[in-house]
Amino acid sequence: MNFEFTEEQQMLRESLARFLREKYDFETRQKIIASDNGWSRDTWAQFAEMGLMAAAFPEEFDGFGGTAVDLSVIMEEFGRGLVVEPYLPTVVLAGGVLRHTGGELAKDLIAQISAGDLVMGLGFAEPQGRYDLFHVETKAEKQGDEYVLSGRKAVVLAANIADKLIIAARTSGNIRDEDGISLFLIDKDTDGLTVEGYPTIDGLQAGDVILDKVKVPAASLVGEEGKAYPVLEAVIDKAIIALAAEAMGVCQKICDLTGEYTRSREQFGTPIAQFQVLQHRMVDMFIFKEEMTSMTYMAVMKADTEGHDTRVAASMAKVQLGKSCKFIGESAVQLHGGMGITEEMAVGHYFMHATMMDTLFGNGDFHQKRYERLTGLRAA
Amino acid sequence: MDLSFSEKDEAFRQEVISFLDENWPADQRGKVEFNKETYLDWHKKLHAKGWVAPAWPEEYGGTGWTPTQRYIFDQEMAKAETFPSLAFNTSMVGPVIYTFGSPEQKERFLPPTLSADIWWCQGYSEPGSGSDLASLRTKAVREGDHYIVNGSKTWTTFAQHADWIFCLVRTDPDVKKQQGISFLLIDMKTPGVTVRPIITLGGDHEVNEVFLEDVKVPVENLIGEENMGWTYAKFLLMHERSNIAAVHQSKRYLERLKEVAANDDLAGHGPKMSDDPDFIKKVSEIEIDLTALEFTELRSLANEEAGKGPGAESSILKIRGTELQQRISHLAVELAGYYALPYQRNLGHNEYPAGPEHTVDAAAHYFNGRKTSIYGGTNEIQRNIIAKAVLGL
Ligand SMILES: Cc1cc2nc3c(=O)[nH]c(=O)nc-3n(C[C@H](O)[C@H](O)[C@H](O)COP(=O)(O)OP(=O)(O)OC[C@H]3O[C@@H](n4cnc5c(N)ncnc54)[C@H](O)[C@@H]3O)c2cc1C
Repeated sequence: MNFEFTEEQQMLRESLARFLREKYDFETRQKIIASDNGWSRDTWAQFAEMGLMAAAFPEEFDGFGGTAVDLSVIMEEFGRGLVVEPYLPTVVLAGGVLRHTGGELAKDLIAQISAGDLVMGLGFAEPQGRYDLFHVETKAEKQGDEYVLSGRKAVVLAANIADKLIIAARTSGNIRDEDGISLFLIDKDTDGLTVEGYPTIDGLQAGDVILDKVKVPAASLVGEEGKAYPVLEAVIDKAIIALAAEAMGVCQKICDLTGEYTRSREQFGTPIAQFQVLQHRMVDMFIFKEEMTSMTYMAVMKADTEGHDTRVAASMAKVQLGKSCKFIGESAVQLHGGMGITEEMAVGHYFMHATMMDTLFGNGDFHQKRYERLTGLRAA
Repeated sequence: MDLSFSEKDEAFRQEVISFLDENWPADQRGKVEFNKETYLDWHKKLHAKGWVAPAWPEEYGGTGWTPTQRYIFDQEMAKAETFPSLAFNTSMVGPVIYTFGSPEQKERFLPPTLSADIWWCQGYSEPGSGSDLASLRTKAVREGDHYIVNGSKTWTTFAQHADWIFCLVRTDPDVKKQQGISFLLIDMKTPGVTVRPIITLGGDHEVNEVFLEDVKVPVENLIGEENMGWTYAKFLLMHERSNIAAVHQSKRYLERLKEVAANDDLAGHGPKMSDDPDFIKKVSEIEIDLTALEFTELRSLANEEAGKGPGAESSILKIRGTELQQRISHLAVELAGYYALPYQRNLGHNEYPAGPEHTVDAAAHYFNGRKTSIYGGTNEIQRNIIAKAVLGL
């Protein structure tokens, strides 16, 4: 057993941390969010130059990493810097699918992602499906050498800023069957496809994707027809583990900010950090942060080692994420008093993102039940 | 011990219900947008009926109701999801003026305070003085017939709408901090008063900074005696804390969530939250805790009826009441699922949100609701009060 990072991983972390410190402070982030696009292509290009995208893919895709540990190093720093650029949807989600399904097309697209030339999104959720990946009402019908897609995908991260999307649609079976789901690669400017775009409350870009008889060539099928469910599940589980690493960075940063604030804020003639109830609360925040870190490492290492059920590991990490983010976020705001709920202070923005990370890919309750089913505690 | 209300009380309840049915019709409940106009409109309707400030003495415009009747009134208002009356006027500055003001001040200020022809805001907190309010530094120096006021107030709710601000100011810097404070009424239009918005998480503009720069305030705007302001402020804080439990507002909000969770159309082919054991458990826990809160409030009401004023137990109501509001607002986020994420509060008239109606404000409401355990004395401070005043620790 070994909790050490490799030299390459440490170098990557250091250069990313330095970049974010120097070029992506809180004010810069807020300016980026308020800009027309809501994200920075410039920053994106620099991420590519630093090799952050290539680090997420193995050698067969001309990458130089691709392990869960590699990804966690990047995501943790993104969490600390509260980065809004579409790394998760492009690299982890869409890139994850491409890497999983493989082939020439995937290789080509991953090369473009690695170069920073391509932004993508993955449409897997539906308005009434909550967090069930198998709930797919969107239909894809084969007509000659085309598929025709109709339906609606909910809250697709980066949908409004992406160049291409991967969309889950049903080629056979019933609305809530695991079998019969397929994935399609679609250009954003394809006829019949519209994106109702919006920012998310925590500063990301997203949109609902509406497909109205969208025609795509048969070659747009990504992976095998009707067999996408296990692909989606595996990709989302990896994304959850990446998100756990991001949450670890967010939690760490919130704890730091709260410590700094309570040490400098004085009331009753003393720094409020001197009040024992606040100390105990900060100790509990610290414990929750440590647990988040432990569970992230657990999940990351299991994902990289043969013989473990990544699904169980991902669900455990996601349950921890829900608990840690809620306690740490709410406590931090409380300890900042009125300052905690202003848009001017960074801490509130970390809190909002922490809250929304619980929702993404299924909240704590959802993954608690999934854990119970996977481990046989609950009937399937 | 008896749970039932008297016949007289029930008749009163009917009277309240028919007033509400007429003036806050069922089809608009939960749908009225909250802004200055709608808020004032409702305040003035209550005023026209003579019900805007039930707790005030009758000679100043109160209703002369018993505490039980006031409770019934609050309960029915909450059930109908009306706005409250303008609390700065009716629960805060009004009682201070009729208790400590001069006859001239009462005559001048009480009628427009009751009718909301003056919209008041509360200038207590300062950047350096939140929980430790008595450390406030805004200075008022007497010069002839005026005070010259310098300093800044913060977190001033709705200062952007207000005509007047009631302020705590320091008039004697050389004595114990509680002893050098005075209570001043300041016209917001006076030269030297400026307001800067503070935007809170989720994008609301409710609070402001108020800067006071060489503001000339006539001495007749001083309430009571110079340097006695802390006594008046404490008196006001007691009033501010009444109805802080918001039991019936919370019940109503929870009912709405239950309706959404059980709605077949919203669920479609997907899972229904009202079938989810985790969701049911949270709802039932909240309901049971709300009942404990409700009966704690009823006991404190009975005490008040028996002539013992609202004591430190109002801190219990503040703590549990706000915790429950926050739990319910988090439940709303859970209910919204992925649609908690989109920020779609600035849509134009012909635009529709991506998700169902109940999801639009869920996250913003939850974030905004973190304020309830901070304002009006933080929940830590409330616990300190109970520790000292009730437990004698
Ligand atoms: C939305 C909103 C509206 C408001 N409206 C108004 C208004 O209209 N007018 C007005 O005058 N004020 C208003 N306030 C201000 C409010 O009363 C203060 O925010 C509150 O008193 C806390 O002060 P603070 O924000 O400076 O926090 P601080 O006092 O700095 O507190 C920070 C943290 O330290 C803790 N703490 C402080 N002292 C102790 C202690 N002795 N023991 C243990 N813990 C302690 C607090 O509980 C809190 O967790 C409003 C606040 C908000 C958020």
